[in-house]
Amino acid sequence: MKILVCICQVPDTTTKIVFTDNNTHFNKQGVTYIINPYDEWNALVRALELKEAGIATAVHFITVGKADAEPVIRKALALGGDEAVRIDIECSDTYLIAAQIAEYAKTVGYDLVLCGKESIDYNNGSVGAMVAELLDMNYLAFAEKIDIAGTTATVVREIEGGEETDTCSLPLVISCQKGVAEARIPNMRGIMAARTKPLKVVPPAAIEALSAIVSYELPPAKTGVKMVSADNMDELVSLLHREAKVI
Amino acid sequence: MSVLVLVEHSQGVFKKKSLEAIQYAANIAKSMGTSVTAVATGNVGDNEMQALGQYGAQKVLHTTDARLDNFNSRAYTRVMLAAAQKEGAKVIVGLHDTVGKAVSPRIAARLKAGLVAGAVSYPDLSKGFVVKKNVFSGKAFAYVNITSDVKVITLMPNTFAVVKGEGSATVEKLEVTFEDKDFSIQVTGVSKASGSVPLSEAELVVSGGRGMKGPENWFVLEALAKELGAALACSRPVADSHWRPHNEHVGQTGGTIRPNLYIAVGISGAIQHLAGVNGSKTIVVINKDPEAPFFSAADYGVLGDAMEVVPRLTEAVKKFKG
Repeated sequence: MKILVCICQVPDTTTKIVFTDNNTHFNKQGVTYIINPYDEWNALVRALELKEAGIATAVHFITVGKADAEPVIRKALALGGDEAVRIDIECSDTYLIAAQIAEYAKTVGYDLVLCGKESIDYNNGSVGAMVAELLDMNYLAFAEKIDIAGTTATVVREIEGGEETDTCSLPLVISCQKGVAEARIPNMRGIMAARTKPLKVVPPAAIEALSAIVSYELPPAKTGVKMVSADNMDELVSLLHREAKVI
Repeated sequence: MSVLVLVEHSQGVFKKKSLEAIQYAANIAKSMGTSVTAVATGNVGDNEMQALGQYGAQKVLHTTDARLDNFNSRAYTRVMLAAAQKEGAKVIVGLHDTVGKAVSPRIAARLKAGLVAGAVSYPDLSKGFVVKKNVFSGKAFAYVNITSDVKVITLMPNTFAVVKGEGSATVEKLEVTFEDKDFSIQVTGVSKASGSVPLSEAELVVSGGRGMKGPENWFVLEALAKELGAALACSRPVADSHWRPHNEHVGQTGGTIRPNLYIAVGISGAIQHLAGVNGSKTIVVINKDPEAPFFSAADYGVLGDAMEVVPRLTEAVKKFKG
C-alpha cells in the first residue's frame, strides 16, 4: 500500500503578519517557515506509523511550490518517508494546487492520500476534497483516528456536534486533525538520512489558476478595553445587554 | 442562470446558518439580476421548504434518496452537480462548516470553478468577483478575485444577521442519478454530545485557559455557559494537557470561531489564540494578571480570580434573565 502525504509550508504560528506593496503582498522577510502543523503532526506521522507497522509499503511526500519550499520537505524526509516530490510552481489558487497533486498522483497510483485539515496560512481546507474529486475517490474529512486493515480503512472523524466512525475501502483521501498521531522531532540519524533521499522536482502540468488574491487587510484594532470591577458583575451584564447588545 | 445554495436541516427544521446562507445567496442573486434556488435533501416538509422564501429562495429542489441521510461528500457532490446543471448555476453557495468544507471543493474541482473558502463579505462585482475571507487563521483578511465563469463560495457561519422577510418558495423534485460508488462509505457509529451547542455555530462562547488551574475547576465555566446557553471552548495548553477535549480547542491550530460574545477566562491571549477568536463581535476577558495581553484585544475586562468572578457573573446573568 502506497501513501501520499500532501505537505505545505506556512509561516510559524508566532509570525506577526505584515503586508507590503500597498497591501498586495505578504512580507516574507524574516519569517520562519514550518511544515503546516496539521500536515506534520497528524497526516505525516500517521503515514510513518502505518509504514512502521508494516501496513504501508511506501510513504511519499508532495508539496507544490518553488525552491524555497525545499527546507520543509527535507525536514519531512528527516522524520521518515521514502521520497519527496516538489511540483515546481508558485503555490496560489487552491484548484491549481489540488490539480497539480492529482496529476502527479495519477502517474504513481496511491492507495491512500493524507493531508492536514487545512493550512494555517490560507485556511481553505479544500485541497483534500478537490484531490478526491479529481481522482474520483472517497473523501473523509477531519479524521481524529485512522486504522487500516488490508484494504479497508476505519476512520473516526469529527462531524457537527460529535464524532462518526466510518469504514471505507481504499483508495481514499483523508484530511487529518488532532488525535490522529502525536508530534515527532527528527533525530540526527533521520536528518543525515534525509540528505540522500530522493527529492524529485517535477515540472507543473498545464493548469490554469481560477482565483487570485488582489489585496490583504489587517483586522481593525480594538478601540480600548473597558474595565469592569470584579465586584460588579451586574454592570458587566448590563453593558453586554445595552451597549454590546450580545445578550 | 441562478445562485444555488445547499441547505442543511436537523430533523426537518432548517438550521439557522442555512437561512443565513440563503439570505447571502439572495443578496448575490439580486446584484446579478437572477434568483436563488436552494437544494435540500432528506425528510423535510413542504411547508418548511416553502418558508425558505422568507429568506430569499425562489425555488427549492428536493431530493429524498434515503441513502443521503448519512452525509458523504461524493453523493452530495452528485446532487449539487445535478442541480447546477438543471438551473444553469453561475454561483454555488455553501457553508464553511463540516458539510460545506467537504462538498464545495469537490463541486469546484468538477466544474473548474474558482472557490473562496470561508467568505466574510458579499462579492464586489465592480472589480470582478472579489470576496473577502479570513487568512492566517484570523490574523488578517484577503480579497480574492474568482476568475472562472462559475464561482463557488463557502460562507463563514454567523457573518450576517438573519432577517426574516416575506415570500414563499416553490418546491420541485430533483432527480439525481447515483452510482454505487457514491455510497461506498459505511457509517458504523455516531456519537453526538446531546443538548450542547456546536462550537462552530455558537453565538455565545465561554472559554477557559491555563489560568483555570485544572479540569476540576471547569464547573464554574460550565455553570456560566449553561446559564447563557453558550458553548464551551478552551486554549491550546488546556487541550494539550487533556483537561478538555481537542474539539473545544480554539486558536490558530484549533478552530477559528466568530461568535457574538467570547468570554475568555484565565487565558493570557497568545497571538496564536487571538488569531482563532478575534473575529468575535464582543470579547470579555477575565484574568487576575493585569499584564495579560488579552486585555488589549478585549472590549470588556475584569481583573480578578476566575473562581470568584465567574460564579458572580453566573448569578448576575441569572438575575438578568429573571
